[in-house]
Amino acid sequence: MSEDLLRLENVSVRLGGREILKDVSFGIRPGQFTGLIGPNGAGKTTLLRVILGLQPVTSGEVLLDGAPRPHRDSSIGYVPQKLTIEPDMPLRVRDVVSLGLDGQKFGIRLPSRARRERVSDMLTAVGAQGYADARVGELSGGEQQRVMIAHALISGPRLLLLDEPLANLDISSEQGIVSVLGRLARTEHVAVLLSAHDMNPLMPVMDRIVYVAAGRVAVGDTDEVVQPEVLSRLYGRHVDVIRVHGRILVVAAPEGVDAAEAAAEDAGVIR
Amino acid sequence: MHYIFEPGFFGSGPVHVALAVGAVIAITSAVVGVFTVIRGQSFAGHSLADIATTGGSGAFLVGVNQFWGFLAFGAGAAAFMEMIGVQRRRSRDVATGVVLGAALGLAALFLYLATQSTSTTGASFTILFGSIFVITTSTIPALIASAVLALATVLVLARVLLLSSLSSDIAAARGVPVRAVGAAFLMALAVSVALSAVIIGAVLSTALLIGPAATALRLARSPVKAVITAAGVGVLAIWLGVVLAYDSYYWPPAGRGWPVSFFVVTLIVVGYLLTFLRRRDRQPAPADTLDREHACSPA
Repeated sequence: MSEDLLRLENVSVRLGGREILKDVSFGIRPGQFTGLIGPNGAGKTTLLRVILGLQPVTSGEVLLDGAPRPHRDSSIGYVPQKLTIEPDMPLRVRDVVSLGLDGQKFGIRLPSRARRERVSDMLTAVGAQGYADARVGELSGGEQQRVMIAHALISGPRLLLLDEPLANLDISSEQGIVSVLGRLARTEHVAVLLSAHDMNPLMPVMDRIVYVAAGRVAVGDTDEVVQPEVLSRLYGRHVDVIRVHGRILVVAAPEGVDAAEAAAEDAGVIR
Repeated sequence: MHYIFEPGFFGSGPVHVALAVGAVIAITSAVVGVFTVIRGQSFAGHSLADIATTGGSGAFLVGVNQFWGFLAFGAGAAAFMEMIGVQRRRSRDVATGVVLGAALGLAALFLYLATQSTSTTGASFTILFGSIFVITTSTIPALIASAVLALATVLVLARVLLLSSLSSDIAAARGVPVRAVGAAFLMALAVSVALSAVIIGAVLSTALLIGPAATALRLARSPVKAVITAAGVGVLAIWLGVVLAYDSYYWPPAGRGWPVSFFVVTLIVVGYLLTFLRRRDRQPAPADTLDREHACSPA
């Protein structure tokens, strides 16, 4: 496991008496595309916030390159859940991407040609060069996602975290974003950890799946994890996995149904 | 209007002071205002102005220049708001009803007592609606220093404020001390409200803060252009306001002069309304469909 870029060791988070994450462990290797899949409220956002250092853990550890995560680290890029940017926000797309380079710094910076070119290159890489001078608040959801991906990537992180970037996108924007991210993982060797409640759009690019339900995770290849036995154990109730026309549907039974029976089977991938 | 260029205008000491100090304060307010609007803290600015009114009235009652009252109460209120988190939406309604009402009630009492004891009925007007022509010479250095300090604070924090407005989570993840930055900004906001209160009055000070910023945000795309536009609008409003107010000594009722604040605020509102005449075009942004072929080829 020493080659892991990021490693979570037995992470638990308790908030106000509620256990949000229970004993979560998994690793991410460089260039790997990992889907963080699970229903709403399962703990996906909390898990990402733990990795970012925004959410303190109750127990367990977050390791970057085998060492405890430093307080301030530029090797992790972050695209938060849908931003609400007012249309009158005086930030052009290129300003937003430029803030990705040094938005955390104090003082004034003078414009430079080199920076401008770097920003333009980044925008081209995510397919957002066509609206570089538009105000970011006037863009569609899919366009904003591309811009925020460029913002997160321009400082050259080795790990990119995205919180539900496909929520509320139409199908063509969704495919556009997924293909941009898949390509970045392959060619730039950026590890991607992307949360989503639907795994299907990610199937073409996803190397591994971290399935979250009820604060616990199952980790592995899609075929290993997305099995009725594994997910039933995770959810603590009976779960059916339906494969139809190459798409996967996960359907959980109402609480209490067959939970004991489902839990009796152990596929060996739950950690 | 031919009276404007009468020798008296440019020869008058109070006019020089009004134009110079007014410009410095207008620039500070406008620049702080741009960040106030994009951080969604216009309401915090208004609350600070209400509480500054109490401070200004209290200062007048005890015989201190009202600027110190505006400043002390504004800064105190900013610190208090930071502590209890009033600038966040959730606690706004309660704060409005209880604290701000009480503050203005106290202001009424202070002004009443002050005018009773000194029989200077102009005091209420000066506190509430400003006194750009009667700025006390001894406070000018303090006014300029405060303005420079507030302006410098905001310029040093500019990038961090923009990043936090985009997403406070991203800022925090990148190591920005988001809360401390918010507190520092709120202080700069309190100072700039106190400064505006001196020239156009505590009640109207938010107009000079938010008006030029709102106008600039309708016109400018980038942060630098927004700040420059807002500063320009603020200075123009103050200067034109001073000119018109000086000229109004010849308007009916003759020999009285109209308040500068009236002109400044009216000019700001007119400027803002004029921006609606300008059609704002968004560049026709190619949708994802157009970009997909580029998306597949790395930069």
